[in-house]
Amino acid sequence: MSNQIIQGILLGGYYALIACGLSFMFSVMRIINLAHGSLAVLSAFALWLLASRFHISPFLGLLIVLPLMAAIGWALQRFLLERSARGGALLPILTTFGLAIVIDNLLFEQFGADTRSLAPFIGSLSYDSWEWPGGIYVGKLAVIIFITAVVLLGGLQLFLTRTGLGRSIRATSADPDTAGLVGVDARRAMAVAAAIAMVTVGLAGAFLGMRATFDPYAGAPQLLFAFEAAVIGGAGSLWGTLVGGIVLALAQTLGAQVHPQGFQIGGHIAFLIALFIRLSASGLGLRGLLRLPARKAS
Amino acid sequence: MSLLSVEDLVVRHGLLQAVRGVSFNVERGETLALVGANGAGKTTLLRAIAGAHPQASGRVLFDGADLSGAPSHKRVGMGIALVPEGRKLFVEMTVEENLLLGRTAGRPGDWTVDRVLETFPNLKPRRHARTGHLSGGEQQATAIGRALMSNPDLLLLDEVSLGLSPLVVDRVYASLQGLISSGTTIILVEQDLNRALAVSDKVICMLEGRIALAGDSKSVTREEVTKAYFGLHRKSAGGVSA
Repeated sequence: MSNQIIQGILLGGYYALIACGLSFMFSVMRIINLAHGSLAVLSAFALWLLASRFHISPFLGLLIVLPLMAAIGWALQRFLLERSARGGALLPILTTFGLAIVIDNLLFEQFGADTRSLAPFIGSLSYDSWEWPGGIYVGKLAVIIFITAVVLLGGLQLFLTRTGLGRSIRATSADPDTAGLVGVDARRAMAVAAAIAMVTVGLAGAFLGMRATFDPYAGAPQLLFAFEAAVIGGAGSLWGTLVGGIVLALAQTLGAQVHPQGFQIGGHIAFLIALFIRLSASGLGLRGLLRLPARKAS
Repeated sequence: MSLLSVEDLVVRHGLLQAVRGVSFNVERGETLALVGANGAGKTTLLRAIAGAHPQASGRVLFDGADLSGAPSHKRVGMGIALVPEGRKLFVEMTVEENLLLGRTAGRPGDWTVDRVLETFPNLKPRRHARTGHLSGGEQQATAIGRALMSNPDLLLLDEVSLGLSPLVVDRVYASLQGLISSGTTIILVEQDLNRALAVSDKVICMLEGRIALAGDSKSVTREEVTKAYFGLHRKSAGGVSA
């Protein structure tokens, strides 16, 4: 059982990593990015292309792909999300939904339906493990992913609280008009935030490709896991995202123990329980959700 | 050359003209009091000068430069800082973080966090407290300090005494007196007529978006301002071009 718990915690590191960008965009930019998973897959394909065509290791490839992802994030905010946000809260959600479809289909057109993986390009790292006392085997890649998630979340927390740019981003998130009145260029702050979010998405995509297989339509399940981890951890809380990722992974591991098909069901149940607890805590229980609006007297 | 020249400025809230062709100058080192009833257009005028509200027509010249189209963050960089009505602090951030935000524009100057805390001693023990947990007076001091941290050439103060007890207002004004004595150029929106006349060099009374009276604070009588306040008297006294 302790082996399952450790594997679950390490898998939680990956979920925290993929949820990190989603949570960051939601907390800072108030945008639910439904193209999150597709953008991660785009990063994985970019690394696969560099590795298969130009023989660049995926780790070295990150030096090319992460700046590209940052540029994509900056451009997305400036030319798409910023404009769609003027149309109300719903329009950015629909915009990112459309963006996901566009990315998925462009990848399908370019690369076809074959599944791919970055594992062949990272040598034995994809399957190497350490043996711990008690016959527990811990995958080296899983540990690297977990450490990356912790460092990334801690780094983002430090960036937001200890740097001038981080304070500017928080101020813009809280009140863009007042942020402008204290000298913050709100448009720039949001574009930088989007660039940072896309860097985390790029990293998550890289690890997705290293630890598993992916195809052009692999974005949707990644979005689902990211969304579940972010909600369980309290959307908007960076450290909560790590906790959310671990809880989701442990629930999936437990589900798999109960039934071979129970891996995803276990995660969904944990997500729903966390969702209802949060809704109840905020005064919106199941009854509140299902309550129909009162009819107006005619 | 005046530090600030407002020329025939028109500002709209939708179809409503909140500021209707207002013109005046502010010289370097002066304190100008803007008074008038609620809805007279004082706050809208200040926000338009700070770039927080778009102007429909007219010009705002700052140190000779036309500010038309410049967003608020650029105006902060040029030396205009607004202390908005209601303070508008970032309540999840500490006093120090709010003050440091004021440095974002990166203007050179003497204002530091320590100097703000010396100017407003009541903030010293609250340096690391979230501003949402502060008293009204402490919040107002933080808002003024945040504006000062941008080392402004022109400080716009909107209703700094609103919602504060008389004792706290006295403390805030005692601190402001130090700023005025040091030669900071200030435009002050104030409901308390006596205070406005006491601290300012010039006064403008607005009525329904227009200047109803403008003059030197020392030469204008309280009665004249009161009449202008209620639309009973229109006059332009010497000193302010209106």
